[in-house]
Amino acid sequence: MILSLESMLQLSIIVPLLATIGIVATGSKPNLREAVTITASIVLLYFVTSLYQGIKQGESISVQWWELLPGLQISFSVEPLGMLFALIASFLWLVTTVYSIGYMRSHNERNQTRFYTCFAIAIGSVMGIAFADNLFTLFIFYEVLTLSTYPLVTHAGTEEAKKGGRIYLGILLGTSIAFFLLAIVSTWFVAGTLDFKPGGVFDSNVNKTVAGVILILFVFGIGKAAIMPFHRWLPAAMVAPTPVSALLHAVAVVKAGVFTILKVCVLIFGIDLLSVLPTTQFLLYLAGASVLLASLVAMRQDNLKARLAYSTVSQLGYVTIGALLATSSGVIGSSMHIGMHAFGKITLFFCAGAILVAAHKSKISEMRGLGRQMPITMVAFFIASLSIIGVPPAGGTWSKWFLLMGTMEAQQWVLMVILMISSLLNIAYLLPIPFRAFFPGTETPTGNAGIKEAPLLSLIALCITTLGCVILFVYPQPLYELAKAILATSELTHGLTHGK
Amino acid sequence: MLAHLPILQVIVPLMAAPLCLLIVRPRLVWLFTLIVSGLAFLISVLLLQQVMASGTIIYGLGGWDAPWGIEYRIDQLNALLLLIISAISTIVLLAAHTSIRQEISEDRQTFFYVLYLLSLAGMLGIVATGDAFNVFVFLEISSLSAYALIALGKDRRALWASYQYLIMGTIGATFILIGIGLMYQMTGTLNMDDLSRRLPEVANTRTVFTAFAFVIVGVCLKLALFPLHLWLPNAYAYAPSIVTAFFAATATKVAIYLLIRFTFSVFGLSFSFTALPLQILFLILGLAGIFVASTIAIYQTNIKHLFAYSSIAQIGYMIVGFSISTTTGLMATLLHVFNHALMKGALFLALGAVMYRIGSVQLNQFQGLGRQMPFTMAAIVIGGLSLIGVPLTVGFVSKWYLILAAIENGWWPVAVLILLGSLLAVVYVWRLVEAAYFKSPLAANETVKEAPLSFLIPIWILVIANLYFGIDTRLSVEVAQAASQGLFGGLSGVGVNQ
Repeated sequence: MILSLESMLQLSIIVPLLATIGIVATGSKPNLREAVTITASIVLLYFVTSLYQGIKQGESISVQWWELLPGLQISFSVEPLGMLFALIASFLWLVTTVYSIGYMRSHNERNQTRFYTCFAIAIGSVMGIAFADNLFTLFIFYEVLTLSTYPLVTHAGTEEAKKGGRIYLGILLGTSIAFFLLAIVSTWFVAGTLDFKPGGVFDSNVNKTVAGVILILFVFGIGKAAIMPFHRWLPAAMVAPTPVSALLHAVAVVKAGVFTILKVCVLIFGIDLLSVLPTTQFLLYLAGASVLLASLVAMRQDNLKARLAYSTVSQLGYVTIGALLATSSGVIGSSMHIGMHAFGKITLFFCAGAILVAAHKSKISEMRGLGRQMPITMVAFFIASLSIIGVPPAGGTWSKWFLLMGTMEAQQWVLMVILMISSLLNIAYLLPIPFRAFFPGTETPTGNAGIKEAPLLSLIALCITTLGCVILFVYPQPLYELAKAILATSELTHGLTHGK
Repeated sequence: MLAHLPILQVIVPLMAAPLCLLIVRPRLVWLFTLIVSGLAFLISVLLLQQVMASGTIIYGLGGWDAPWGIEYRIDQLNALLLLIISAISTIVLLAAHTSIRQEISEDRQTFFYVLYLLSLAGMLGIVATGDAFNVFVFLEISSLSAYALIALGKDRRALWASYQYLIMGTIGATFILIGIGLMYQMTGTLNMDDLSRRLPEVANTRTVFTAFAFVIVGVCLKLALFPLHLWLPNAYAYAPSIVTAFFAATATKVAIYLLIRFTFSVFGLSFSFTALPLQILFLILGLAGIFVASTIAIYQTNIKHLFAYSSIAQIGYMIVGFSISTTTGLMATLLHVFNHALMKGALFLALGAVMYRIGSVQLNQFQGLGRQMPFTMAAIVIGGLSLIGVPLTVGFVSKWYLILAAIENGWWPVAVLILLGSLLAVVYVWRLVEAAYFKSPLAANETVKEAPLSFLIPIWILVIANLYFGIDTRLSVEVAQAASQGLFGGLSGVGVNQ
């Protein structure tokens, strides 16, 4: 059976949604149900990689569904940035599914059918976001993503989960309705189109103040990018089961946020306009503050997942800074950081989940000496930490390199210093965890006897992502080329050929 | 036959009402009512098709020409309203037999259907007629039957609610009558079309100003514009569930229609918006309604009360769209009339199902219902999302146009306020969601089962309509646009500012 690239594009959004039917139908037989999820994720990965091959050969792939409102179409197309995002999300969905089978079962979680169903819907909407051809389509899937992840956040059904869910939904839905929607309608009114276009949609003689205000609305409205002061939902979302935190709140949801910001900056405003807007500088400093403050808060967290969550807030700030810098290195750096951080952070969360399942520990202070019992997990944690910090031999090196270059190109010295300080802070809040695990010092840890590594499936998953971190250091070209193609000013859908 | 559609639309339910008394058995009466309402729906579909194809239909009653005889006049706006009313009435009726059997004693059930049909005929009449006095007559028919319908509620407080509504409604109707009388005194005609041509000649007299003020206040009482809304929450909360679903989706919409008809067609745009500072007045009242009513809704423990206050807030959105008074603004109002009927129809019908199973709609009774009545609660969640204005539901479509209209007019702060208002909807909808999905059921409700199909089918017809018209917006947008442009005389964007 040979499918055209167009049908593959549509199927990559539809397959996860169709999978939900299978998951619900087989809900009473867990093995069959997980088989459905795994099959769907393999099929999805196949489609997405085929699309990747397609655009590498310079094909332009786009599909139009229907006109929701006059002039506002639901349509999709494949462009380099979306491709990058879709590749990462679909690959990590497969890995996370493997991981969650081990995790959910040994943790005896309830309502697993609902869990896998919502997970699949979330992935379907992530594909919709990645391939959206205009802001309108993107917004629709953005909201679907928020709503479909809500039941995952409140999965435990406890009072704490409910409270977390309230904050989650309140901030994400609130910012998207109050600011994002307003920004979209304003863009529609000012520019007359919502299509993503290389170089932006605004006229060059657009009123700079109006465009500046719209930019602020976008950055505030895309709450998923977790720029302070709209970051509270991310730590709140940590009440979710660990696979959710790992894939959705380190990769899919938050990356959907920064991805949207990047797209808005490059394809709605265009970097030329962006650099002359009066509000860009303010937003850069805001993102800088977000990077620094979140790192500082992360240092004070004793709960591992909370620390990782604040670390994510900080790293998302990097991507936003890169996008707002409006220089080519900045944009390349932030696109690459989407991928690099995804692999690093998901590994860290996998490790946190493994520790929770195997040792029933969630506090960092209790993890002293755990390296003896869980060596693989802790080594993985160490390597992933290196990737987040941005030192060899891990992939994060490259993205941070380009981001620093970007700050220099734009002569944003303050930001450059902030990024460097933040990297030091990353070292301070991440590395002590594996160090203390292996070298507990004179205090002999107690109560670690009898702890074994996490279930095999979970262990396999975290090894794969750790390997990913290293491979991306040795072989970052595919990511780099996709990132570079985003900036190609020629016809964007043919961007990859230009990138070479 | 086709030529007589405008009068058939009204006369069929009107004549059918007394016939109900001849059929004694409740089930047969129900079937008869359902068929009559279905016929009315069919007629309204045919009318809409005719109007969209060939323009306004004018029908002289009894062969008398206007302005001597009574004239029925169906343009896009009327046709849209007729469709909404008859469609909602028919869908709601599907569940009526099940619900009524439980909520109303058997000897009064026939009486219920008589009143229901009279009320339906009244609303259809208000919309179909082109005669100002005829409007008043039908208004009284629909209102009087409405008072009686509300009083049929099981709860004894229904009597008090009905009495409140009776007093406020009668004041409103009387005001409208005074206004019509004054207009007649000045022009000697009651035909709306004729009035619109003769009023400008006498526009600058105090009598016409007074007439206008009376009509506007009377209509605003009927449409429960904040702060004239006091009759509404109790009337909706204590009426039989079917009545609430029917009225919440239609009654206030008819009043909105009257407001638009009187200001845009009868008095004319330039007079209406200069005689009174209508634009700023309605803008402020509309926004105040959105925020005050939504905030009150958050604190309600009776869910019927909650959605009743939400209705007042939604009326605020319609009034804001009206106050913008551009084609886009009016279009947003009309879309919201259509969309809100779908939302509230679905929501109140689902509440009816809960009432049927549990006998109460207090918030704590909803605990754990997500598991016990999954389809009913899913309907409430989707209806609630539509109320919030989430994409792919109808609520998003009207909100989109409303914001666009505000921005087009340069009213940025209004756009922001409209969006902030919908955040309040998130809060009151989510209180219900949390109760239903995160709490274990009350001990008394542990054996509660899903609602019967006779409820689920109409509920889900409306829910699917909520989604369908949120995805395929051609019908609603096209009709609303045509109606709105028709009211502006084919010109687009003629604001008051000009």
